[in-house]
Amino acid sequence: MLKFNVNGRVHSLDVEPEMPLLWVLRDQLGLLGTKYGCGIGQCGSCTVLIDGNAERACLVTAAAAAGRKVVTIEGLSRPGLHRVQKAWIEHEVPQCGYCHTGMIMAAAALLAKKPRPTDADIDEGMTNLCRCGTYARVRKAIHAAAAPVATVTPAAKKG
Amino acid sequence: MTIRSPQRRFFLKASAAVGGGLALEFSIPFAAQAAKGVPPTEVNAWVVIHPDDRVVIRIARSEMGQGTLTALAQLVAEELDCDWMKVGTEFASPNEHVRRNRVWGSMSTGGSQGVRGSHDYVRKAGAAAREMLVAAAAAQWKVPAQECTVDKGVITHGPSKRRLRYGQVAAQAASLPAPKDVKLRDPKDWKIAGKPVRRLDIPDKVLGKPVFGVDVTLPGMLHAAIAQCPVFGGKVKSVDDAEALAMRGVKKVVREDDFVAVVADGWWRADRALKKVRIEWDAGEYGKASDATIAAMFREGLADPKMMEAKKAGDAAGALSTAAKVIEAEYASPYLNHATMEPQVCTAWVKPDGFVEVWTSTQNGEASLAEAARTAGVPQEKCEVHKMMLGGGFGRRGAPQDFVRQGVKIAMAMPGKPVKLMWSREEDMQHGFYRPASLVKLRGGLDAQGHLVALEAKVACPSILDTVMPGARKGGVDFTAVRTLSDMPYEIANQFVGYALRNGHVPTGFWRAPGQQNGVYRECFVDELAHAAGKDPLDFRLAMLKPGEKNRLVLEAAAKAAGWGTSLPAGVGRGLAVVEGFGSYAAGVAEVTVEASGALRVLRYVVAINSGHVVNPDTCAAQAESNAVYGLGALFEANTVKDGRIQESNFHDFPLPMIGDMPKVELVLVPTGDFWGGHGEPGILPFQAAVLNAVFAATGKRIRTLPLRKEDLRKA
Repeated sequence: MLKFNVNGRVHSLDVEPEMPLLWVLRDQLGLLGTKYGCGIGQCGSCTVLIDGNAERACLVTAAAAAGRKVVTIEGLSRPGLHRVQKAWIEHEVPQCGYCHTGMIMAAAALLAKKPRPTDADIDEGMTNLCRCGTYARVRKAIHAAAAPVATVTPAAKKG
Repeated sequence: MTIRSPQRRFFLKASAAVGGGLALEFSIPFAAQAAKGVPPTEVNAWVVIHPDDRVVIRIARSEMGQGTLTALAQLVAEELDCDWMKVGTEFASPNEHVRRNRVWGSMSTGGSQGVRGSHDYVRKAGAAAREMLVAAAAAQWKVPAQECTVDKGVITHGPSKRRLRYGQVAAQAASLPAPKDVKLRDPKDWKIAGKPVRRLDIPDKVLGKPVFGVDVTLPGMLHAAIAQCPVFGGKVKSVDDAEALAMRGVKKVVREDDFVAVVADGWWRADRALKKVRIEWDAGEYGKASDATIAAMFREGLADPKMMEAKKAGDAAGALSTAAKVIEAEYASPYLNHATMEPQVCTAWVKPDGFVEVWTSTQNGEASLAEAARTAGVPQEKCEVHKMMLGGGFGRRGAPQDFVRQGVKIAMAMPGKPVKLMWSREEDMQHGFYRPASLVKLRGGLDAQGHLVALEAKVACPSILDTVMPGARKGGVDFTAVRTLSDMPYEIANQFVGYALRNGHVPTGFWRAPGQQNGVYRECFVDELAHAAGKDPLDFRLAMLKPGEKNRLVLEAAAKAAGWGTSLPAGVGRGLAVVEGFGSYAAGVAEVTVEASGALRVLRYVVAINSGHVVNPDTCAAQAESNAVYGLGALFEANTVKDGRIQESNFHDFPLPMIGDMPKVELVLVPTGDFWGGHGEPGILPFQAAVLNAVFAATGKRIRTLPLRKEDLRKA
C-alpha cells in the first residue's frame, strides 16, 4: 500500500510503484482535471504541484509521489477560485481548454516563486504546450494575476 | 418549427442511460434539473425554458475551442430576447436528431461553418420561440400580442403594465402552434449577438471539470489502449497475448483485422499490457513506402500529360511562350498531423438490450451515430452519442470516425460493460488523417510593363475526399487540392491549373483550412513575381484586384493597420498575403527577424478579416491568435514516412510552438454586412505566406519547401 497526500486528503492505495502519478490521479482517484497529453513530459497537460513545485505527473512514479504533498487543479483553491483561475476567466484564456488545467498549475507555481514575473520568466517557466495557441492570453493572465488582487475583477459576465 | 412533447422524454432516457444516474452529471442536465423539482419546457427544438427563467439553448455543432457554442447561443438568445445572464447550453442529442427528422440541421463542425451554416435557422428558432411566449402571455391576458413587448425574458403588456416572465408562460407557449414565418432582427440592432460576451464554456474548463471525452466515467467502466498497424493499410497477422493477459488488471485482449486492444481496469494498465502483446503485422503492399517514393510519385505527377484540368482561362501556355519574362518555381510541403491535445477517444457501452451508447469527442455527432450503428449492426434509433467537449479538433474528428468504430468494436467484445478507449500520443501521431503533402510547379509570365499576363499551376497532391468521403469527387478534381489556385481573385487573362491526383498510402484529411498550403504557394509566388517585375508586393497585387473587390478590401485594411511601406528596425522584414476561404476574406502582414543561427522569430501578425457579420469579436480575436500559432507550427512541423510508417511519434519529434514563439497578433475586423463568413480557419490562410515573404524581405532567401529548417536561413 502506498500513501498519497492529494489536495490535503490522504489515500492508501494498492497500486504498482511504477504507475505514473498521472494515472494514480485519473484512474485510481478519479481526479480527471489532470490530463494526459503525451506521457513523456513534453506537453505539460498533466502538470500538478508536488511540494509546491510544478511537475509533470506523467513522469513521477507512484512510489516517488507517495508521502509528498500533491495538489491538482481540483485542490488548487478551496473554496473559491485561485487568482490564476480568476485571471484565466477574466482574460478568456482557454479555447479547447484541454491543456489549461496544467497551464494553470504551472502558472500558480511560477507566481509562487516569482510574484512579478517578467516576460522572460514566463517564457522560461511556462513550458506547457497549447495546440489552440492561447499563449498571448496565458501571458496576459499571468501578468494580471501577478498584479495586486484588487485589480483583478471578479468573474462576472460582461454581456 | 413543430412543437414536440416536453422534455420529460429526454430526462427519462438520459437517466436510464447511465444506469440509475450514478455518474455523468454533465451529460444529463435534465436529470439534475428534474431532481430539483419542476421540469423545464421545450418551447421548440432549440429553446428549453425552466420555471425560474433559466434558458437552455441546444447546440447542434461541436465545441472544440473555436467558440461556436457561445456564438450560436448568442444568435438564438438575440432573437429570443431572453436574459443572457440566464442562458445555458446543452448539445442536441444525435439520437433525437435522427428520430426527429434532423430537426437540428447539420451537426457537422468544420469548414468554419458553425455560424455561417446555421445562423438563419437558429435565429428563426429563437424568434419563433419568442413569438410563442408572447402569444401565450397575450392569451392569458386576453389581449392582442401586438400590445406586448419583451425585455430580457420579461413580457410586458403596454396598456395595463402587466408582466409575465418567460418561465411562467413556457408551458403554455409550447402548446401553441409555431409561427410559419418570423422576422429576424437587423444586425445593427443586435444587443447580445455582435458583442464580446464571455464564452459560456470557459469557467468549467478553468476549474478542471470533467467535460472532455477522456473524462467520461461510468459505473463499472473499463479502459482500453490500442495498437494499429504501423503501416497504413496493414493487418494483424498474429497475436501472442499470454504475457499481457497475466498482467494486473487486464480483462481481455481484443483482436480485430487492423488493430489489437487491451481492456483493463485502468488505462495505464491497459497500455502497459499492450506493450507486452507480441503482435506480428502484415504490412501489406506499402511496407517500403518512404518520403522518397512519395516525392517520386509527385514528381511523376507533374509530368503527367493527362493531368486533370482544374481551371482554364485564356491561353496560359501561349501567353507564357510570348511573355517578356517567365518566372518558374516549385513549392512543396509535407504531411501534417492535427495533433489535438486530447488524443482520439471513445467510450462505448453495448447494453444487454442491444442499445449502444457512445460518449466521444466528435466534430460530427451525426457521423459518430452512423458509425456506431453501422459498426454494431443496429439501427441508428438504437444508438446514442453523447457529444463531449473536444480537446481540439482542427478537422481530425469530423469526417473520419475511426475512433468510434474501434470503441464500439471493443465494447462489443465486452458486452454489458462500458469501455473507454483512449489512444496514446504515439498512436495519435502515427495514425492521423494528415494534411496532404504536395508538390506544385508554378510558372508566371510578365509583359514588358511587368504585368502578370499568365499563370500556370500544376498540382501533384492526394485527394482528401478520396480518403474521408469516397465517391464525393465523382471522378473529377478534388477542390481541396486546387483551391486558392483555381479560384484566384486576381485578374489574370491567361490561367491554367492542372491537377495530378496522386494518393499514395498515407491517409489524408481535412486539416484546419484544407488546401491552405496552396495559399502559401500562390502568395509566395506572387511575391516572387512582384519582385521580378520590380514592383512593391502590395501594389503588384492591388493592380490585379478591382476597386471594391473583397480581397482588395482586406488587403488594404491589413496594409494600413500594419503600416505597410513604413520603415522598420534593421533586420526586420515585412511580408504580406491575401487569401479568401471558408466563407471569409483574410489578408495578413507579418514582421519577422532571422537570427544568425537561422532561427526565425515572427514578431507581429496583423490580419484583416471580412466575415460579413461578426457574432463575437473576442472569439474572433482568439481564433486569429490560434490560427497564427497553428500556422507557425506548420512552418516547422512535418510527418515523414519510412518503411511505410510515420516516423514521428510524439511532441519531442513533432515540436509545437511554445509561449515564447507567439507573435503579437492584431486582428482587424472589417465586416461588410452583406454575407455570413467564418473565423475558425480564415486567419491561417495568409499567415505562412506573409511570414515567408517577410523572411525574403529580411534575408533575401526565398523559402519554397517546407518544413523550414534552421539551416535554410542560417547566414552563410
